[in-house]
Amino acid sequence: MDTDLNSQDRKDLDKFIKFFALKTVQVIVQARLGEKICTRSSSSPTGSDWFNLAIKDIPEVTHEAKKALAGQLPAVGRSMCVEISLKTSEGDSMELEIWCLEMNEKCDKEIKVSYTVYNRLSLLLKSLLAITRVTPAYRLSRKQGHEYVILYRIYFGEVQLSGLGEGFQTVRVGTVGTPLGTITLSCAYRINLAFISTRQFERTPPIMGIIIDHFVDRPYPSSSPMHPCNYRTSGEDNGAAYPSVEDSQEVCTTSFSTSPPSQCVFTVTKAHFQTPPPVLMDTLKVPMMGLAFSHQLSSSRLSYQPAALGVGSADMGYPVIFAGGLNAAHPHQLIVPGKEGGVPPVPSQPAHGTQADHERMVMCTPLDGALYSAATPSSSEDTETVSNSSEGKSGSPHDLLETIFVRKVGAFVNKPINQVTMASLDIPFAMFAPKNVELEDNDPMVNPPDSPDVESPLQGSLHSEGSSGSSTGNTHDDFVMVDFKPAFSKDDILPMDLGTFYREFQNPPQLSSLSIDIGAQSMAEDLDSLPEKLAVHEKNVKEFDAFVETLQ
Amino acid sequence: MNCRAEVLEVSVEGRQIEEAMLAVLHTILLHRSTGKFHYKKEGTYSIGTVGTQDVDCDFIDFTYARVSSEELDRALRKAVGEFKDALRYSGSDGIGQISLEFYQKKKSRWPFSDECIPWEVWTIKVNVVNLANEQERQICREKVGEKLCEKIINIVEVMNRHEYLPKMPTQSEVDNVFDTGLKDVQPYLYKISYQITDSLGSSVTTTMRRLIKDTLAL
Repeated sequence: MDTDLNSQDRKDLDKFIKFFALKTVQVIVQARLGEKICTRSSSSPTGSDWFNLAIKDIPEVTHEAKKALAGQLPAVGRSMCVEISLKTSEGDSMELEIWCLEMNEKCDKEIKVSYTVYNRLSLLLKSLLAITRVTPAYRLSRKQGHEYVILYRIYFGEVQLSGLGEGFQTVRVGTVGTPLGTITLSCAYRINLAFISTRQFERTPPIMGIIIDHFVDRPYPSSSPMHPCNYRTSGEDNGAAYPSVEDSQEVCTTSFSTSPPSQCVFTVTKAHFQTPPPVLMDTLKVPMMGLAFSHQLSSSRLSYQPAALGVGSADMGYPVIFAGGLNAAHPHQLIVPGKEGGVPPVPSQPAHGTQADHERMVMCTPLDGALYSAATPSSSEDTETVSNSSEGKSGSPHDLLETIFVRKVGAFVNKPINQVTMASLDIPFAMFAPKNVELEDNDPMVNPPDSPDVESPLQGSLHSEGSSGSSTGNTHDDFVMVDFKPAFSKDDILPMDLGTFYREFQNPPQLSSLSIDIGAQSMAEDLDSLPEKLAVHEKNVKEFDAFVETLQ
Repeated sequence: MNCRAEVLEVSVEGRQIEEAMLAVLHTILLHRSTGKFHYKKEGTYSIGTVGTQDVDCDFIDFTYARVSSEELDRALRKAVGEFKDALRYSGSDGIGQISLEFYQKKKSRWPFSDECIPWEVWTIKVNVVNLANEQERQICREKVGEKLCEKIINIVEVMNRHEYLPKMPTQSEVDNVFDTGLKDVQPYLYKISYQITDSLGSSVTTTMRRLIKDTLAL
């Protein structure tokens, strides 16, 4: 307690801590201005150089820091935090780092305040100078300019690390023991920044109307707190929505998509794997959706499945289609519960990268499994849903297919387009693409035409290509569909890039010979033609024998 | 007292040696330098101000902060330059180490020369790699940058353990603890030495030579 500390020492210590906090903020913010810092050494001491270090004081920063501190000092449970975030010219922002100045209860009573504590605080500031150049955000901040800027926010109180997404790393700058407690300075930072190439930003076309002068290399005294990406669901962790946040392996698990059930399917499925109970209900629908989805690609496939399931195609196919349609039209119906439970937290960290991969792979299984087990679980629920959906839907499979291909809500998409006929986009099966029939609650955003997609249910959440759209409007933050952005592929030069190619050819249509509709007919035909074929073969039996002999 | 020894290892390409070494040495010296002492009456002293500046590396994706002192920078560059030359032209397989040693002087009576008692030694082991093409070099730029980031974090971690540091000296003793020869900053007394390991692993000659040189220099 402070009974051991005389009043002079106490006063000194409070002053040291206060100025240390102010200088810490200056060092951090100046290190993120985007320019090299240079101050001169002076052999003659000047009274204003706290801790014997030449650290300039930017008045706005000091003002903000003082405002945040509001006369208090960092104490146990009350930390001073400097949040560094990145904001693109489209208005999307993402937290990069949180620097925390904390105080814990571990006191060092023996230490001399005016001498040792002071010198150690000075050493800690030097460490901070070194560490601020070493975290991933430094390199980003050096390249800030037109496409993005680095902003800061100072707050006092509890440390909020949720904005960094999962898998963030921490580095401890140092600690200084004082008679009142131990001061700790640390930084928690997003790590997958290391994978972000700032080329991402260079690729986005300049946006008209952007207030470039905002983005001069000045720190932003942010009067408003930095928000996580606003197109995500509330409660969602920040981060992944930012396309470039994901490491080059792509796929952010963010997937909120009011998009085609393909996406819906996987969202839910993912939710299944990631979260608990609320989603269970949905997983039962997964099979159905899976069936629906497979139907989208080829109408015959669907009916094929039911046969495998032992369910009459008439029975299963129809309902399933509608179910698929249902998904599309009212994705919320299925997704909402899942959403609460577990919209895959976006993740944005390399850990996510792997997680996403895992999820994607995992997703395949249930889908497959679903195809074979749909019958059982689907019974009551599905039929219910089915009946519901059938009311809302018009019958033709094509219409349903249409609705299935709901627009993807792409992060950073330029223009929210409410209704897009996929036929107008240059994608395979465009003729099957749905018009947006009814999307009540959705606030769809579509990927720009240069990134057609939509077909890979296995993608889960995808990145939007060339993402440059604004995500503002999307009220349905839940599922933002981002396009698949495979590593090392460029999408701004060739119309057909790796990602597009992958997507297009990932789900080839079912072979027509396997399709039931046609297959049913052809089977009959086949059977009929068998005798003829046999006769022909018998005629040529000698040739066949000769051939076989040559093989031996 | 026991001397604290820290070892860091880096693998760099030939042209990155200087910058990598400077980055590490400057970071260490940033923590081990203070402003100039000005002694006043009654044993009190005031301390000058240490400025810092950022240095971008040309061959590594890395920036480091160093003390704003041209004299100090020159001294380090000279030592690192010698190390680099020795490493590249010694015919060794590209392995060497450079040591930064902080010491205190202990005055001895004549005819014995002053003793140098090291209290902290930083050794940086360097492995020089040869790269075949530009793509590898580009990857190396980034990788070495990341490695250096890790090294800086290691250094900072050691520094903040607040382990032994020489006591602040009185005016008469200041030259035994600090290098007061620079005009703008005052690092702890330090010396830099290096060793090149040739293919036989023997480096005795070099070390002896340096030891003798250093001793004579005192």
